[in-house]
Amino acid sequence: MGVEIQMRVNGKAYQHRLEPRLLLVHYLRDVLGLTGTHIGCETSICGACTVLLNGRAVKSCTLLAVQADGADITTIEGLAAANGGGLHPVQEGFWEKHGLQCGFCTPGMILAAVHLLERNPNPTEPEIRCAISGNLCRCTGYQHIVDAVQYAARKMKSRKR
Amino acid sequence: MPTATRFIGKPLKRKEDPRLIRGLAHYADDIQLAGMHHVGIVRSPHAHALIKSVDASKARAAGAVAVLTGADLAGVLGPVPCAAQIPDMKVAMRSPLATDRVRFVGEPVAVVVAADRYALRDALELVEVEYEPLAPVLDPAKAMAKGAPLLYPECNDNIAYRWELEGGPVKKAFQQADRVIKQRLINQRLIPVAMEPRGVVADYSPGAQQLTVWSSTQIPHLLRTQIAIMLGVPEYTVRVVTPEVGGGFGSKLNVYAEEALVAHLAMRLGKPMKWTETRRENFQATIHGRDQIQDVEVAVRRDGTILGLRCRILADLGAYYQLLTPLIPTLTALMICGCYKIPAVRVEITGVFTNKMATDAYRGAGRPEATYLIERVVDLVAAELKKDPVAIRRKNFPQPKEFPYATPTGLIYDSANYQKSLELVLRRSNYKKLRAEQARLRKQGRYIGIGLSTYVEICGMGPSSAMPAGGWESATVRIEPTGKVSVLTGSSPHGQGQETTFAQIAAEMLGLAPEDVFVLHGDTAAVPYGIGTFGSRATAVGGTAVYKALEKVRHKLAQIAGHLLGEDPRKLTFRDRKICVRSNAAKAVSFSEAVGAAYVAKTLPAGMEPGLEATTFFEPSNFTYPFGAHLCVVEVDAETGEVHLLKYYAVDDCGNVINPLLVDGQVHGGIVQSVGQALLEEAVYDENGQLITGELTDYAIPRAGDVPRMDVSRTVTPSPVNPLGVKGVGEAGTIAATPAIVNAVVDALAPFGVRHVDLPVKRERIWRLLRRSRRGK
Repeated sequence: MGVEIQMRVNGKAYQHRLEPRLLLVHYLRDVLGLTGTHIGCETSICGACTVLLNGRAVKSCTLLAVQADGADITTIEGLAAANGGGLHPVQEGFWEKHGLQCGFCTPGMILAAVHLLERNPNPTEPEIRCAISGNLCRCTGYQHIVDAVQYAARKMKSRKR
Repeated sequence: MPTATRFIGKPLKRKEDPRLIRGLAHYADDIQLAGMHHVGIVRSPHAHALIKSVDASKARAAGAVAVLTGADLAGVLGPVPCAAQIPDMKVAMRSPLATDRVRFVGEPVAVVVAADRYALRDALELVEVEYEPLAPVLDPAKAMAKGAPLLYPECNDNIAYRWELEGGPVKKAFQQADRVIKQRLINQRLIPVAMEPRGVVADYSPGAQQLTVWSSTQIPHLLRTQIAIMLGVPEYTVRVVTPEVGGGFGSKLNVYAEEALVAHLAMRLGKPMKWTETRRENFQATIHGRDQIQDVEVAVRRDGTILGLRCRILADLGAYYQLLTPLIPTLTALMICGCYKIPAVRVEITGVFTNKMATDAYRGAGRPEATYLIERVVDLVAAELKKDPVAIRRKNFPQPKEFPYATPTGLIYDSANYQKSLELVLRRSNYKKLRAEQARLRKQGRYIGIGLSTYVEICGMGPSSAMPAGGWESATVRIEPTGKVSVLTGSSPHGQGQETTFAQIAAEMLGLAPEDVFVLHGDTAAVPYGIGTFGSRATAVGGTAVYKALEKVRHKLAQIAGHLLGEDPRKLTFRDRKICVRSNAAKAVSFSEAVGAAYVAKTLPAGMEPGLEATTFFEPSNFTYPFGAHLCVVEVDAETGEVHLLKYYAVDDCGNVINPLLVDGQVHGGIVQSVGQALLEEAVYDENGQLITGELTDYAIPRAGDVPRMDVSRTVTPSPVNPLGVKGVGEAGTIAATPAIVNAVVDALAPFGVRHVDLPVKRERIWRLLRRSRRGK
C-alpha cells in the first residue's frame, strides 16, 4: 500500500512510501522531524506552513506529500545552511528589527519574504505588505516585519556588489 | 534606578530570537515522545441538546485504542474550574466531557485515542452520538426574558449574576444636568486567534508517579494546581512544562477540559498522549472575548463638564464559566470613568447564559469595553454640544498634581499626565493641519475623519486582595559558581520578551552583560510558584520580583567583596564584571572571584551562609495605570462604505521603559488587534447556535496590507507602585485603538448626520447608513 516518493529537503535526499492523503506539512513535521514549519489553520489562510518548493513559496498544508515527489524543498531549518551557514539576511533582519514576538508565524513569514526578495530585490512598502498578505501575524502588527524585510533587501543588495 | 544606564532603556535584540528564526523552538505540537498516541475530541454539533447515547463500537473496530465518554469519567475527573467569585452568582460548572446535556457547539462529548493523526481522524468520524436537540438561547436579551428556554433547568432563569457599582451623587448629577445624552453601544464577541492553536502533551511515569504535562499555557503553576485537583492526585505528582507558546492574548490564561483529559489519558493508558486543536476547534472551544451590550447615559453641563455617568451592561457569558468568565465585565465597570474627573457613576451588570462558548479574558479583558464606551461618550458629548472633542477631553481631565487620583469606582490611579500625551499626539499628527485638510477635502466630496482616544487602563495585575488566585509574582536569582546568572521567574512569557528584559535588568544591577544571564520560565519543577503572564503584569510584577531578588543577591555579594577587599560594602559598585570601590576602581575584586568565594566558602564573613541564591515573592501595593492618546485618520468611501486607514499616531505612557524595541512591538500588535475589532472581526452564531464564523475563511483578522505604518511615541511618567517605575504595556494598544478608529469613522460621516456606527464598522454597515441618510434627504 502507499506511494513511493523521493524528494530533497534542505539538501538531503529522502525516499519514503507514503499514504496518498498525507499532507506535505505532516510529512515534513512528523516523518522527517522538521518541526520548524508550523500549522496554524486548516484552510490555507494563515501561511504558517509556508516552505519553498523548487524555489517558490507554497503552503505545505494544502499540498499532498506525493505531489512533492521529485521536488527540492527548503524549510526554515535549511535556510541558513542554504545561505552558506550564517543566518540568511531575512533571518538577520527579523532579529535586528524585532520582527517576531511569539515566533509561530515567523518561519512561514521569513520564507514568504525570501520568495519576494528573490524576485523583487527592491520592493516598496506596499509591495512588501502585499507579498506577506498570505501570512497572518497576531503579535507584531506587521510594522517590524516590514522593517525586517527592508533591512534584508538592503543587506542582500550590498552583498551582491 | 541609576540615571545613566548601560542596558536598561536600550533597544537590545532579543535573546529569544535565534531559536525562533531558525525553526528550532518547540511548541506543543512539535513534541515527539516514543510511543506517543494522539487524542481527539468528539464535539457537539448542536448548540443545546440532551445526549441520548454514545456508541463507540465502530470507532473501536476501526482501530481506536480507547474511547471515553462523560459516563466513563463521572467521579473520576473534577469539573473545569472557575476562580472568579461574584456574590450570589449561579454555579455553571461543567465536566470535562458532557454527561447528559450539551450547551454549546463544540462542547466535548467523547475523547478518542489512536496511534497516529490520520487513524485518529478516521476514528473520530465513526463515534456515533444520538442527541435530542433543545431550543437554543442565543440572544442575551431574550435569554433573560420569562419563558426563555433554560440552560440550567434547576435555575429559574438564565441570569448568571447581577452586579452593581455606584460612587458619588448620581441622582443629583442627572438632576443638575443641562443635557443627558443616551447611547447604546455594542462591544462585539471576538475570537482571540493566537496563531498557535492550543496543544497538550502528557506523559506519566508510573514508577516515579510523575505526570509531566506540556501545555500551551500562560499560567503553568495555576494549571498544575488545577490539574492535580481535577485528577485527584497530590500536587507534587504533577509537573507542567510550558513549551514555546505561539501567542495567548488571554486565551491561554485558562484551564481547559482538554488539559485534564489528556493528562488523565496518559495516566490511565500508560502511554504519552498528544492533543492539538484544529483551528475550527480553536474557534469553537477556546474562550471568546468581549460581548457586551452597553446602554449609557451621560449627564453634562453645557460648558462640556461631565457630571455623571449611568450604564447598564448586558454581558453574554456563554454557556459555562471558564476560569475568569464572570469577573471580566466587572473590570469594565471599574474603568468606566476613563481618564476623566467624573464625580458620579453607576454601573449595573447583568451576566447572562447563552448557548455559546464561554467568554473570558481577551487582550484588555473588560478594559477595551470601558475605554470604547467612555471615548465614544466623550465624542457624542462633543457632537451634541458642538464643541471640539479635544476641548471636551481637556475640560474633564484631572490635573497631574491630583495624582494618586481616587475614582468614584474605588480605584487609585497611580500617576499620570493626560494633558501631556494629548498635546504630544496633537503635535505629532499636526492636528490643526489635519482639520484644515478635512474641511478642504469635504468640499471635494471626500470624507476624511479624525478620531481621538485618550485612555487610561488598569494593569500590572495586581494586589492579591483583588485577584481571585493571588496577584503576586516570584523570582529566584541564582548566581552559578562560574559567575553566570540564572533568573528563574514565575512569569510565563509567550512572545513578550522577558528572557531579554529580565537579563537587561540583571546585567544592569550586577555590572555584567545580558549574555551572562539566563532567564528560565514555565517549568514548574524548576521555577518558584508563579501566577503567570496576563494583565500586562510580567515586567511590572514579575520584573519587580526579579529586581528585589537581585537586590538581595547583590547585597550579599557586596558583603563578600567588602570582606575580601577590607572595604565597607556600601562603598562598592558593580561594573564591568568587577566589584570595586566607587571612588577608586583599582580597588576591586572580579565578579567571579566574589562568586567563587560564596561557594568555596573559605573566606566568607563570619556567620554568612554559603551559596548565592535569593527568592522573592513580590506583592504589588496597587495596580498600575498606563495611559496615552491615540489619533487615527481615515477616509470613508461614500459610495462603497469602505474605510481606509490613512494615518495612525500613538502616544503611550507605560512608565519607565526597559526595552523600547519591545514596547513598540507591543503597541503595534495591540493597535492592529484593535483594527480587527474596529473594522473586521465578529464572532457570529446563527439562529441555530452554529458558529458560522468558524474558520479563518469567515473571520477576517488584519493582514499586513490592512494597516498603515503607525507613528508611535511615548511620554514617561514612572509608576510609584514598583521600584522599576514600570506600568506595563501589553494591552494598552488594544485598549486605546478601537475607539480612535470608530471616532474617526463617525467624524468622517458627520456631514451625513451619522452620530454612531456599531462595531465592527464594516463596509456594508456604512453603506446602509449612507443610503438611509441619502433617502432621508
